[in-house]
Amino acid sequence: MKKLASLGLGLLMTAGMTAAQADEVRIGMITTLSGGGSHLGVDVRDGFMLAMERSGRDDVRVLIQDDANRPDLARSLSNEFMQRDNVDILTGIIFSNLAMAVVPAAVRQGVFYISPNAGPSDLAGRMCHENYFNAAYQNDNLHGAMGAYMREQGFERPIILAPNYPAGTDALAGFKHLYEGEVVDEIYTQMGQTDYAAEIAQIRASNADSLFFFLPGGMGISFMKQWENSGVELPVFGAAFSFDETIIKAVGSAAIGAMNTSLWAYDLDNEANHAFVEAFRDTYDRMPTLYAAQGYDTANLILSALDKAHPSDQDAFREALREADFASVRGEFRFGPNHHPIQDIYVREVVEGEDGQPTNRLIGIAVEDIQDVYHTQCQM
Amino acid sequence: MTLFIEQLINGLQLGTMLFLMASGLTLVFGVMGLINLAHGSFYMVGAYATALVTAATGSFFVGLAAGIAVAAAVGALVELIVIRRLYHRPHLDQVLATFALILIFSEGTRWLFGSSPLWLNPPAMLAGSVTLPGGLRYPIYRLVIIAVGVAVAVGMYFLITRTRLGMRIRAGESDREMIGALGVNIARLYTLVFAMGAALAGLAGAMVGALQSVQVGMGEPVLILAFVVIVIGGIGSIKGALYGAILVGVVDTLGRVFLPAFFRQFMSPSEAAGVGSAIAAMLIYIMMAAILAFKPKGLFAANE
Repeated sequence: MKKLASLGLGLLMTAGMTAAQADEVRIGMITTLSGGGSHLGVDVRDGFMLAMERSGRDDVRVLIQDDANRPDLARSLSNEFMQRDNVDILTGIIFSNLAMAVVPAAVRQGVFYISPNAGPSDLAGRMCHENYFNAAYQNDNLHGAMGAYMREQGFERPIILAPNYPAGTDALAGFKHLYEGEVVDEIYTQMGQTDYAAEIAQIRASNADSLFFFLPGGMGISFMKQWENSGVELPVFGAAFSFDETIIKAVGSAAIGAMNTSLWAYDLDNEANHAFVEAFRDTYDRMPTLYAAQGYDTANLILSALDKAHPSDQDAFREALREADFASVRGEFRFGPNHHPIQDIYVREVVEGEDGQPTNRLIGIAVEDIQDVYHTQCQM
Repeated sequence: MTLFIEQLINGLQLGTMLFLMASGLTLVFGVMGLINLAHGSFYMVGAYATALVTAATGSFFVGLAAGIAVAAAVGALVELIVIRRLYHRPHLDQVLATFALILIFSEGTRWLFGSSPLWLNPPAMLAGSVTLPGGLRYPIYRLVIIAVGVAVAVGMYFLITRTRLGMRIRAGESDREMIGALGVNIARLYTLVFAMGAALAGLAGAMVGALQSVQVGMGEPVLILAFVVIVIGGIGSIKGALYGAILVGVVDTLGRVFLPAFFRQFMSPSEAAGVGSAIAAMLIYIMMAAILAFKPKGLFAANE
């Protein structure tokens, strides 16, 4: 009896699969829509859906679920998407620790995963996979580019600061890798810390000539506000994660003058970007962030590959993704051998916008064609 | 040396803020025997109300007054609707119910105001920094926070030792049944004390919100520290909350700076920074464990 039941179940499942594979392409998006860091997920989702809408395709269905920034939940959502909804492609994850919980298992089961944000070093190196593509960046990219830029600008004694968790230590390691000089000191803060009086006093007491920090989300807001009133006057540098449009609006005037590296800027001069910024503002009535740009590019990458092949033909679809044959809002875009982008990283400065609110202005290119160092460890 | 003094002031400033949180928490536990996990929500409510009213009126001080008033009103409402039913229930029920309140407040705030942080800055007259004797530059706003904390501590002392309300609070702490039997309106006293605790949390949230960021979930990390404070100080003791708060503030601040420096004596800088900050994060809990080993009821245990 038991045997018969499981046989029946198996038949049902195969029937379900063939039905799903018939024509429609299903994309499962797992992203952070509540809890800390939710504005990142909201922007990725909105950018992604904007591209889907503009494509006018009705044979692609996007299913969206909130992971609440919890690895266990992300893991079970991915299983649900793969087993119940038979998705062809997964995407959406914001945070690296969640990506590590989901991606390796998902790609082993024959699903494509296209990352719109998280780019942990393991997935670019020893754990790379033929079905895993990162359409955003490898985690070190922006920090490393800022290291190179600061060296080039002649800063000799930077002090660097990040929270004590994997992406924080990676950020400082990435910075030091391309800065290629001695830093005065490195400070690790606690994850979720809100008061930085002690660290600011330490920076004041050091004889640094510049500050580089990585404090994503609310941590960066608190830090910048306290920094402004501290009377310490060092030039401030960081990655775009601490200076996206949402964050600098909350920081206010304290953010003015800070330099940050980004893979995208809203005033980047190319046709795809003009169209994207205008459409995003019209649709959502706010400025896009780099996360929205990443979501938009991720969707367009997938759409460009779908024009050439159906994901059920895995080899053809993978080849189509590798070509990255789409108009990226960041200008030139191509994949390295480990399916991570080789791209220009830009420098932006926070300035006062026309409405009096702080905004980012493009300054120039920090590093051209940056590629992560982990691709040499990747065996596909 | 100036670094050490600056860090001491920083520790004092963190301590006075913790005192505002912990005094309400310990008062509610001391007088009513209630464990209130939702105390951090009043902190958030105070900060949100201040940010919204400041944005609408353009005056931080009007915003601050509104923040305190709204936190007190929300506290009174919560006491009337929910907390009142919990006094005779076991602590586990209280923890469960007030934890549910945290979730309701957090999601409700997110639903109303979104998950992006709100903008709130100190008023222009308190922005910037001053040079203290000895050549140390220190932010004015942080000095104001210390002053407010000290003023509240002095005010609480007089309230509790010199007024009729204070007498009733002390009576409620030592014998709840007896004070009821003597004809004091216990229900009203409880609502009042609870609202007072909420107002203090709202004040702390508003003051700190201007310094940090006003966002959903901002109260919970502070709540954890406030619990450490009242456990160290002795649950139910206002005096304990004051000493505990300053002890936690100073030890936490000094540990964060000087432990990495200490480990640098015999490690590479990046290892020292990692190990030092990891141990600094545990330091106040280690201190709490050490104090409890010698004084299981905390430094200034209230009379049981």
